[in-house]
Amino acid sequence: MKDQFVVPARLKKTSFVLMGVGLLTLLIGLIAFKDENATRFWAGLLQNSSFFLLITLASTFFIAATTLAHGGWQIAFRRVPEAISMAVPALAIILFVVVMALVFGGKEHIYHWVNLHHVHEDPILTWKAPFLNKSFFTIATILTLGLWIFFTIKIRNMSKEEDGWDLKPETGKKILWRNTVVAGGFLVVFTLSVGSTTPWLWLMSIDAHWFSTMYSWYTFASTWVSGLALISLFVVYLKKNGYLTYVTEEHLHDLGKFMFAFSIFWAYLWFSQYMLIWYANMPEETAYFQPRVWGEWRPIFFLNLLINFITPLLFLMKRDTKRNYSAIVFIAIVIIAGHWLDFWQMVYPGTVKQLQFPWYEMGLGLGFVGLIIFLVSNQLTKAALVPKNHPYLKESIIHHT
Amino acid sequence: MAVKNFVVGLFDDEAVLFPAVKKVRTAGYKLHDVYTPFPIHGLDHAMGLRESSLHTAGFIYGITGTTTALSFMSWVFNVDWPLNIGGKPHFPLPAFIPITFELTVLFAAVGMVMTFCYLCQLMPGVKKHIFHPRQTDDKFVMVIELTEKTNAEEVKNFLKASGAHDIEEQQAEAGWWFGRFDKDDEPYLRKVKPVNA
Repeated sequence: MKDQFVVPARLKKTSFVLMGVGLLTLLIGLIAFKDENATRFWAGLLQNSSFFLLITLASTFFIAATTLAHGGWQIAFRRVPEAISMAVPALAIILFVVVMALVFGGKEHIYHWVNLHHVHEDPILTWKAPFLNKSFFTIATILTLGLWIFFTIKIRNMSKEEDGWDLKPETGKKILWRNTVVAGGFLVVFTLSVGSTTPWLWLMSIDAHWFSTMYSWYTFASTWVSGLALISLFVVYLKKNGYLTYVTEEHLHDLGKFMFAFSIFWAYLWFSQYMLIWYANMPEETAYFQPRVWGEWRPIFFLNLLINFITPLLFLMKRDTKRNYSAIVFIAIVIIAGHWLDFWQMVYPGTVKQLQFPWYEMGLGLGFVGLIIFLVSNQLTKAALVPKNHPYLKESIIHHT
Repeated sequence: MAVKNFVVGLFDDEAVLFPAVKKVRTAGYKLHDVYTPFPIHGLDHAMGLRESSLHTAGFIYGITGTTTALSFMSWVFNVDWPLNIGGKPHFPLPAFIPITFELTVLFAAVGMVMTFCYLCQLMPGVKKHIFHPRQTDDKFVMVIELTEKTNAEEVKNFLKASGAHDIEEQQAEAGWWFGRFDKDDEPYLRKVKPVNA
C-alpha cells in the first residue's frame, strides 16, 4: 500500500510551466495595460486572487463542516483537503498585496470609494463611509486573512501530530474533541467572513452604490462548489496514481452528490438575488444587472447559468456518472472553469466595463492553478495519506452509499 | 396471489444474517423476503434485488410538474386572461420560476410516494401476512419459499446451520388482501390448498 506521496516529475514540471505562463501573462499585462487601461491589469489580479484563495479555503471549510457534523466517510481522503487548505497562506498573502495596492494605490476605477472626493460629493458613499473606508477595509482584511491562516494551519498541524500518537480509546476521544472545538471556532470565523463581510469588502464594493444581502452567500456557494470540485480532482489524481487505497467509488459518489447539490444551491442563490431585484425594479438595485443582463455581458451572464447549473444538474443526475472517475474529472473541471467565469462577470462589468476575450485573465488563472498544484503536491508529501489514528477511519473504509 | 408454503427462520444479528443470505442464494433456495427492524446497507445487493426504478419515476414526475406549471401559467397570462401586472411582461419567466419549482417538487414527491406504495404493495386497507410478530421489532426474519424441488426438512436444517432459530414451516398468502392489521382476521384464503404443496 502506497501511503507516502512522492511528487511525480511530470506533475512538478506541469506546475512550473503553468506558473511560468502566469508570470509571463502578468508581465505582458504590466506592459500592455498602461495608464487608463491599467484597470484591467488590477481587475484580473483581483478576480483571480480572490477566486483561487476562496476555493482553497473551501477545503478548510470542508474539513471543519464534516468534523462538526461527525462525518466519517471523508477520513480516507481527509489529507487531500488538508493539503489543499495549506495553499491558503500563500494565496492570502497574494490577495493581501493586491487589495492593499488597490486601496492605498488609489485604484479608483476598481474601488471608487477610495477617492475621498467622490465620497464627500456622494451622499450614498458618505452614508456608507463608516464601513467602506480604508482603515476598516485594511483591519477587516488583516483580521480575516490572519484567522483563516491560523485555523488552517492549526487543523493541519493537529492532524499531522495525531499520526504519532498511540491508538487508545482515550486518544480517540481526545482527537474528536479537539478537532470539534477548532472546527467550531473556524466555522464561526468563516461565517462572519465569507458568509457576510468579506465578499462585501473585496468584491461588492466595486459597485459601491449597489448592495445585495445575497451577495456573500452567492460568493460562498460559488467557491464552495468549486472547492469540492478541486478536492475531487486531487482525489481522483491520487487514486489513479495508485494512492488512497481505501477510497472507492462510494467516496467519489458522495463527492459527486456534493457537487450536484451545491450546483443547485448556487443556482438557487443566483436566482434569488436576480428575481428580487427584477421584481422590485428599483433603479439603485437594477444598476448592477443592467450591464450584465441588458448590456454586452448578456451572453456571459446566461452562459454562466448554463455551465454552472444546467450542465452539472443534468450531468450528475445519474448514479453512474457520480461513480465514474473520468466523468467526475470532466464535471469538476467544468465547474471550476464555470465559477471562474462567474467571478469574471462579477468583477469586470463594474471595472473594465467592455467585454473582451479574457486571455490575460485566463493566463493569470493558469498561473494560480500551477501555484496550487505546486503547493498542494508539496504538502501531500509531508504526511501519510491516511490519518491512521482517526477514530472514524474504519467507518470511512467500510463506507457504503 | 396465491397461498404458498414457506420456511421461516429468525436471526438475532445482522452479522449472522448477511452470510446466511449469501449462502441461501448460492445454495439456490428461493428467497421470498428478509424482514429487518431497520434498513441494512447492502442487504438489497446481497439478496440480488435489482436496482430500484423509483428515481426514474421521480424524474418523470418532476418533468411533468415543470411542464404543467410552465404551460398552465403561460396559457393563463398570455392566452386566457392577459393582465398588466406592475408593467411586467406577459411572459415573466422569473416570476414563474418559484411556482414551477414548487410544482416540480410537489409532483415528484407525491408521485414517488404513490409509486413507492404501489411497488411495495402498501395501502390503507391492504393487509399482508406477517411471518413473525417480531419481524419489525428486534428480530431479523428470513423467509424461504418452498418449491417442488425443495424439501422442507432440508431447508430447516440448512437455516439452523446458518445460525437461525425458531425455525418453522408456514402456509401463507404470498400477496396482499383487503383487511386491517389491527383486527385479527385470518386470511380468508386459508382453506385453499397451497399452490406449491
